[in-house]
Amino acid sequence: MSTVAETRIKLTPEHDARPGASVRSRLQDLLPKIVLAPSFAATIVFVYGFILWTIYLSFTNSKTFPSYAVTGARAYQRLWRWTFESDPPSSWYTSITNMGIFGFLYILICLALGLFLAILLDQKIRGEGMLRPIYLYPMALSFIVTGVAWKWFLDPGLGLEQTLHQWGWTSFHFDWIKNKDFVIYTVVIAGVWQASGFVMAMFLAGLRGIDGEIMKAAQIDGASTFQLYRRIVIPLLRPVFLSAFIVLAHLAIKSYDLVVALTSGGPGGSAWLPSNFMYEFTFKRNEMAVGSASAVIMLMTITAIIVPYLYSELREKSR
Amino acid sequence: MLRKLLIGTALATSFAFSAHAADVKEVQMLHWWTSGGEAAALNVLKQDLAKEGYAWKDVPVAGGGGDAAMTALKAMVAAGNYPTASQMLGYTVLDYAAAGVMGDLTETAKKEGWDKSVPAALQKFSVYDGKWVAAPVNVHSVNWLWINKAVMEKIGGTEPKTFDDFVALLDKAKAAGVIPLALGGQNWQEATMFDSVVLSTGGPEFYKKAMNDLDEESLKSDTMKKSFDNLAKLVKYVDPNFSGRDWNLATAMVIKGDALVQVMGDWAKGEFHAANKTPGTDFLCYRFPGTDGSVIYNSDMFGMFNVPEDRKAAQVALATATLSKSFQSAFNVVKGSVPARTDVPDTDFDACGKKGIADLKKANEGGTLFGSLAQGYGAPPAVANAYKDVVSKFVHGQIKTSDEAVTELVKAIDDAK
Repeated sequence: MSTVAETRIKLTPEHDARPGASVRSRLQDLLPKIVLAPSFAATIVFVYGFILWTIYLSFTNSKTFPSYAVTGARAYQRLWRWTFESDPPSSWYTSITNMGIFGFLYILICLALGLFLAILLDQKIRGEGMLRPIYLYPMALSFIVTGVAWKWFLDPGLGLEQTLHQWGWTSFHFDWIKNKDFVIYTVVIAGVWQASGFVMAMFLAGLRGIDGEIMKAAQIDGASTFQLYRRIVIPLLRPVFLSAFIVLAHLAIKSYDLVVALTSGGPGGSAWLPSNFMYEFTFKRNEMAVGSASAVIMLMTITAIIVPYLYSELREKSR
Repeated sequence: MLRKLLIGTALATSFAFSAHAADVKEVQMLHWWTSGGEAAALNVLKQDLAKEGYAWKDVPVAGGGGDAAMTALKAMVAAGNYPTASQMLGYTVLDYAAAGVMGDLTETAKKEGWDKSVPAALQKFSVYDGKWVAAPVNVHSVNWLWINKAVMEKIGGTEPKTFDDFVALLDKAKAAGVIPLALGGQNWQEATMFDSVVLSTGGPEFYKKAMNDLDEESLKSDTMKKSFDNLAKLVKYVDPNFSGRDWNLATAMVIKGDALVQVMGDWAKGEFHAANKTPGTDFLCYRFPGTDGSVIYNSDMFGMFNVPEDRKAAQVALATATLSKSFQSAFNVVKGSVPARTDVPDTDFDACGKKGIADLKKANEGGTLFGSLAQGYGAPPAVANAYKDVVSKFVHGQIKTSDEAVTELVKAIDDAK
């Protein structure tokens, strides 16, 4: 609300000079609030209100419809038990281990690839204006489109394998998307393809913001290109790393549509992520309490990542 | 500050509401029959209602498909904005009836004689607490084999009567270099096939005990283990690329002659029809070997909601038209299923349809008409999906032996109950 206050300070002298100005200035004062109110209310109700509601439901025995009698933490007990059922894997075990694999690889590869592409593009090459959007455009696609395109591309009977077989490389074999142990890695591939261009753009902006004087000074001191990036550029990009990490982390945790479009759950449900688990239990199996409990756990996971970040950022600013 | 915000919010939201007057001469219908054949079949009903002066209004569902429609329905009912009727499956009807939002069609049912003509097994889902709450549209049955006749002739096969015959037939196809079994590796398709395998392995009594009554002794019995072993035998005959395939693509493999046979519900017939194939000359329909005389069914129903008085006349008209003999015949000829009442003449049906109608009648009289567990007519969705999980994990190798599968099945069903 600080912007509103500043506006008023600027406007007040002009308006006080004329009669009836107080009504107008008050209206002008009120206007931003009226305009903001709907979205403010929507956020309060539909984000924070429903978070509380979900937490509440997770302690009931809601099935098809919400029921409001609190019956204890049975949903959490079931999830806790499923957490340790690894052979044969329970759906929840599969979901959270997949989350670990997917989250780790997706973030790591996106960061590495994004940084690498950004450094290459930053070499003052010709045609950069054309290359940049080419890498960036996958981000403009929805996960559904990415998923369907990659599904066809990775399908052994339709895509890459089939094509290479027709070209004569008949020993080529790539059936990860049909393999229960590898299907989650195809989700990583498609996810990385989509997001790494965006990360590249973030790093590129960061690289452009580095003072050229520092670079020149380092070069005069005889630093090699590798040393230059290793010792100077990458440490200077730390804030970009953090922003990119946060963006990627929340993209990873809320991934749902990519799994559905790419694998429709994978063989025997082996590509599920927690969000798939949540939807499946809430809406298909009519176990709303379990679905809500899994949603709460997802929220706590995100909180565990975001809160330390916000804390460190805010502390740094106040220092 | 806060008060100003609240005032602003009230102002802004008041514009969002506008008066909505319901038209009494209108049927609001939530359904997901949008693909070619199904939409055409539903058109018959629209025209029947138009003749009586009722307009038809589809309730839009974003995304299409049954899941999206059920999510939309949940939201509508929670908001108190009931459609006249909704396409519903099995236990969903009972769930909504238990929540007290369904209407009462008992008067119409009496007048039209539904009690006598609709199979008792179906009435378990369309009648709640003595009241008719839904109008069944059709009866699908899942224990069918769909066979490409040209391929069958090429390999010199005959109708398999037992499970061992079936395996021998698949072997013949394999030797001739065609894909023996077209299967889509999605959990509901695998479980639908397993329904038939259980009925074939254990017989009607066993199927009812294990898959409808969820009797624990039967679920962990040796017969159940043998059923899983038999499923494992069948899975050996699928192509390596089967995982995740849609059911209609698997049907297309049979239509094109790439594969010999598909085990699928009779909605597969719609795909053959769409490809201009005739039963008897282009394709063959047999009961799953060892299940002749029994029918594993699922059924589409129109659940009727407790709408305001001024919309009830339209609802009665819809229900009456739905269960009229003419619509039952016209609709099911196109859809591939058989009529939900046993007194509909089979003159317009093809050979497979005629067999389906006769089988249903026989099964209804003989008490061998069973709900499909995979299709949600054997147990509530939580149990049915737990079952699908176990079958699918067995097919794809997360569960390695039939012993383990049986243990997991009992555990999963217990957990979901």
